[in-house]
Amino acid sequence: MTRVGTVALNTFREAVRDRVLYNLVFFALVMMAAAILVGQISVNIEQIVIVTLGLSAISIIGLLISLFIGVGLVSKEIDKRTLYALLAKPLRRWEFILGKFAGLSLTLAVNTVAMSAGLFLALFYVKHSIERADTAVLVAVYFILLKLALVVALAMLFSCFTTPLLAILFTAGLYIAGLFVHEMRNMQPNTIDPALGGFLRGISYVLPNFENFDVMGAAAHGRVISGMLIAQNTVYAALYCAIVLAVAMAIFSQRNLK
Amino acid sequence: MAGIDLFGVYRKNESMAEPAIDIENLTKDYPHGFLQLRKRRSLESLTMQVQVGEVFGFLGPNGAGKSTTIKLLMRLIFPTAGSARILGKPISDIEMHRDIGYLPEQPYFYDYLTAAEVLDYFARFHDFAAAERRERVQRMLKKVGLESAGRIQLRKYSKGMLQRVGLAQAILHDPAVVVLDEPMSGLDPVGRREVRDIILELKKQGKTVLFSTHILSDAEMLCDRVGVIVGGKLQGVGAPSELVGLKAQGMEILFELPAGGESGDLLAQATRTGDRYRLQVEESGLYAAMQRLQAAGAKILSVAQVKPSLEEYFMHLMAADRAQAAAVEVRAK
Repeated sequence: MTRVGTVALNTFREAVRDRVLYNLVFFALVMMAAAILVGQISVNIEQIVIVTLGLSAISIIGLLISLFIGVGLVSKEIDKRTLYALLAKPLRRWEFILGKFAGLSLTLAVNTVAMSAGLFLALFYVKHSIERADTAVLVAVYFILLKLALVVALAMLFSCFTTPLLAILFTAGLYIAGLFVHEMRNMQPNTIDPALGGFLRGISYVLPNFENFDVMGAAAHGRVISGMLIAQNTVYAALYCAIVLAVAMAIFSQRNLK
Repeated sequence: MAGIDLFGVYRKNESMAEPAIDIENLTKDYPHGFLQLRKRRSLESLTMQVQVGEVFGFLGPNGAGKSTTIKLLMRLIFPTAGSARILGKPISDIEMHRDIGYLPEQPYFYDYLTAAEVLDYFARFHDFAAAERRERVQRMLKKVGLESAGRIQLRKYSKGMLQRVGLAQAILHDPAVVVLDEPMSGLDPVGRREVRDIILELKKQGKTVLFSTHILSDAEMLCDRVGVIVGGKLQGVGAPSELVGLKAQGMEILFELPAGGESGDLLAQATRTGDRYRLQVEESGLYAAMQRLQAAGAKILSVAQVKPSLEEYFMHLMAADRAQAAAVEVRAK
């Protein structure tokens, strides 16, 4: 596991030196502007506006990083041939994949934690207090992190066997499809051909269910998020990531690096 | 001794010491075409050995299969058939990589890291303690002449400097076997000399070195033995002197001709470079040619044996390879 950690730390260092964390400046500016604006036109919806805006920004920025950097984690190393010297060291290919995944997940975690701190600062600025109900925002941030880890795993899987552009398209396509899992399962029989309905229901169980990770509404309104949902989403993300990464490792272990 | 037996089968002598690199019938096909259903053979049944402590040059024109062989040994690509062992271990054994150093062709490293950082990163995979890593990194930077540039990010490095970093990471962990893919590529004369010195130093330390090149002078200077590969097939293995000596192409006379001097038809055959002429003659006709030149008032500067260029040697081998392929095709028809 030391070797996985070495790859992970280098991936984190790469992200930092490639100025990936500069997005935090953009996020800070958005939150500051929103806090000042909401403070001026307050009609008792400060919490909803700030939380919705903050969580949306955390999610979108995180998704962009996961998608574009996630796809490049493997393909860039192959294209630039930095991988050649690395794989001649006592490093197994699956360790490389796991290290890369861990490194970007660490980057996303640091980024998300920093953005969450900014969100809470903005919240404190407009409400002048942080309440117990605001822990729902923390849970929402945690779910975003789980979602991002899943996107990174998918991006890595596709980049193991296809071009970066196709990998981005496939990952983005799966992400969008994964937002409509409930709709696919609950289509009215009279609105769709039964065979197609059955097919959609079938693949809805295979697609990553990103809908379950969206608790933005509950967090914005300060509603409690159940412990069951937290446990369910944690196990689901861990299992899904494990399966996707296992497939990625299996493919990458057989890949010829021309 | 190992060799071909009466039945034309390659046999290893069991009493021989275990070779550092032992390759048997290594074959690599690449799929191609729109559906990737057709196969292009890049390496065909390569069988060869590199002995412990030997500097072995792997020679061949571009696309001959040199890099393919090295990538197969490093498990960057996987063989269609055949097997290989390094220091007695199958190449699929990850532990084998502890004793191997590898310089890829035209190496490229993380450009956001400095040379010292990239070496430290690679050293971590060999489980060195922090203090030892630091000491090794500094020693390697000094060895490859990058001591003063060690703190500069690799994005600012020239091709030659990257090649030096590549060499440093290949020998950082003091491996028993060093595999270098075109180590002189992209280097200026000073850099090439330094790489040659490093290879000779590795030899002195008893390391086994396998390096690929298409520059015969490098091989002549450094190698105990060379293997020549053309069109994915090993055409021969032997000492460089054997390789070159077998194909001597006569003698070359370098001379100057004073104004008014005349040497008749010989001058028409000579090539002029500035004030000097080069004349190539058969070895048997050397004495007569020199007499005629002297009689014409020419000042003979040097006489040297003409060795074929590697290109000519390869062209000869490739022509033979093509002729054989054509003959097979005709027979098949």
